[in-house]
Amino acid sequence: MITFVLHRLWQAIVVMAVVALLAFTMFRFVGDPVNQMVGIETTPEQREIIRESLGLNDAVIVQFWSFIKGAVQFEFGISYQWKKSVSDMIFSRLPATMELSLVSAVFSLIIAIPMGVYTGLNRNSVLSKFFLSISLIGVSLPTFLIGILLIYLFAVQLHMLPSFGRGEIVDVGGWTTGFLTVSGWKSLILPAFTLGLFQMTLIMRLVRSEMLEVLRTDYIKFARARGLPSRIVNFGHALKNTLIPVITITGLQLGSLIAFAIITETVFQWPGMGFLFVEAVRDVDIPIMSAYLLLIAFLFVTINLVVDILYFVVDPRLRVSGKE
Amino acid sequence: MTVSSNDLSPVTQSAVARFLDSDIVYSFKQSKVTIVAAIVTLLMMCGAFFAPWITAQNPFDLATLDLMESLMPPVWMEGGEARFPLGTDGQGRDIFSVILYGSRLSLMVGFSSIILAGAVGISLGILAGYVGGRTDAIIMRIADVQLTFPSILIALLIDGTVHSLFPQLIREDSAFWVLVLSIGMSFWVQYARTVRGSTLVERNKEYVQAARVIGVSTFTIMVRHILPNVLGPVLVITTINLALAIILEATLSFLGVGIPPTQPSLGTLIRIGNDFLFSGEWWITFFPGAALATLALSVNLLGDWLRDALNPKLR
Repeated sequence: MITFVLHRLWQAIVVMAVVALLAFTMFRFVGDPVNQMVGIETTPEQREIIRESLGLNDAVIVQFWSFIKGAVQFEFGISYQWKKSVSDMIFSRLPATMELSLVSAVFSLIIAIPMGVYTGLNRNSVLSKFFLSISLIGVSLPTFLIGILLIYLFAVQLHMLPSFGRGEIVDVGGWTTGFLTVSGWKSLILPAFTLGLFQMTLIMRLVRSEMLEVLRTDYIKFARARGLPSRIVNFGHALKNTLIPVITITGLQLGSLIAFAIITETVFQWPGMGFLFVEAVRDVDIPIMSAYLLLIAFLFVTINLVVDILYFVVDPRLRVSGKE
Repeated sequence: MTVSSNDLSPVTQSAVARFLDSDIVYSFKQSKVTIVAAIVTLLMMCGAFFAPWITAQNPFDLATLDLMESLMPPVWMEGGEARFPLGTDGQGRDIFSVILYGSRLSLMVGFSSIILAGAVGISLGILAGYVGGRTDAIIMRIADVQLTFPSILIALLIDGTVHSLFPQLIREDSAFWVLVLSIGMSFWVQYARTVRGSTLVERNKEYVQAARVIGVSTFTIMVRHILPNVLGPVLVITTINLALAIILEATLSFLGVGIPPTQPSLGTLIRIGNDFLFSGEWWITFFPGAALATLALSVNLLGDWLRDALNPKLR
């Protein structure tokens, strides 16, 4: 167990180191940081002073070390475009992205698992075929198109839901939340649905194929032969065994949800990190880009690690092979 | 044999006959959805390719545009004109013409980036699989790291970096190639992994060992002997990736980092139209969106069919 965790931890650290090197290269060598910070009228002498004070004249390895030290303390310098601290900007936007991703993950699980079980059990029913065609369309339709369609239908035509922003938000100890107001929840519906749709189709197809696989196994046949009611066989035995890959994929997808939120947030003008990142790419705001890259990498690596360990806890077979 | 195949040489004749008799053609004929998808894909590709000859107006030629004709609804609505079957946008561009020209760009970006991804991925995959050792470890480690991130993020990062490395001036012209580079480099991993897997199988086969024994160089073995034998699964990946690349291109253009509005692709068109949505001009977004969705869906269906048809396990 400990060797397994340590091994994974080591891999995670390697990935983070590679990404940090990449982010540093971008931060330091793409464009001249001093040029971005000062006006045209600044004299070369003044530039040299700034250069010295920023430590840009130090050896590259020293700079990399101070970059890492800064990153560990969530210190990423000043945004070129907004002249504000990058970490403050990102953290003021973090709650919006987190709430959006969380709600859409929960939503997609609640809908996708029953749909997957149903299509797995009733392979040839009309409803199953309908669900499957819907899921294919869900995969083929780009996220932003679904978002625009929903905005046109529910905001422009029906005037039922707001088309942009988070609605009224409440500040709870530095964390802004939309969960406490009606308008906050109303604003959340469309973006969360848009973001969750792709995961939903993915999880549904996964549960379906896992169900089909499990239902073919001997222990299910024996369970049936023993005369157990099909409710217990289907949900007690079959569904339970399909859930391991579902946990893994859902966990891994949580990272993609945060990244795909880039698109959804832009469509719905949702004030999250993804929207900030797209603006940064458009304005070539390197400090924000490299900070976002590091943060996302950190989230991904952490999620992967947690999922791996969770997998280990859930599946006893892995534990046995780990001891040997 | 039919009479019309008389003028073909015996070799090609039997090849054609064998092809028509093969499992793939049979499964194609069996699946109505696939036939429809193939026809739709073909129609859209022809429409895009022959756009200058089909459309009444060149939407990129500013001289033919008239602002008085802007924001006209489709022909079946009040105020529509037969000249503009799907209406016009805010600059008086015919939506139908703009869609054909736009899908031309979308398809060009899609194909170019898939070719780039394939070239990089296949070469690195064969190299990793055949040479092995440290080369293999380094290439596959990079692939693993990249695979942890979604392609949209990789593409956005490459796009942002390239744009900041080059000055503002060449942005407009270079947008196409920057986009191809971003999308291509975010898709190579899948090729590399698949090709590496097949290469590992092929390298131990007798014909490769024989080639090595008679002193054929490593490079020639990789290109002449292994490459043709690992291309099968690549075809399936390419079809599915083409749909993904078209969607990614549209997404990037929609986010405002792709093709500029002066020569819009489908994604740029949707982005432009999005601003008109709230004032009720739905057709500017809807028709390019429908074109994009149809294209992506039919290519996806073709890919799904191809995967099933080439996978012997499912027969």
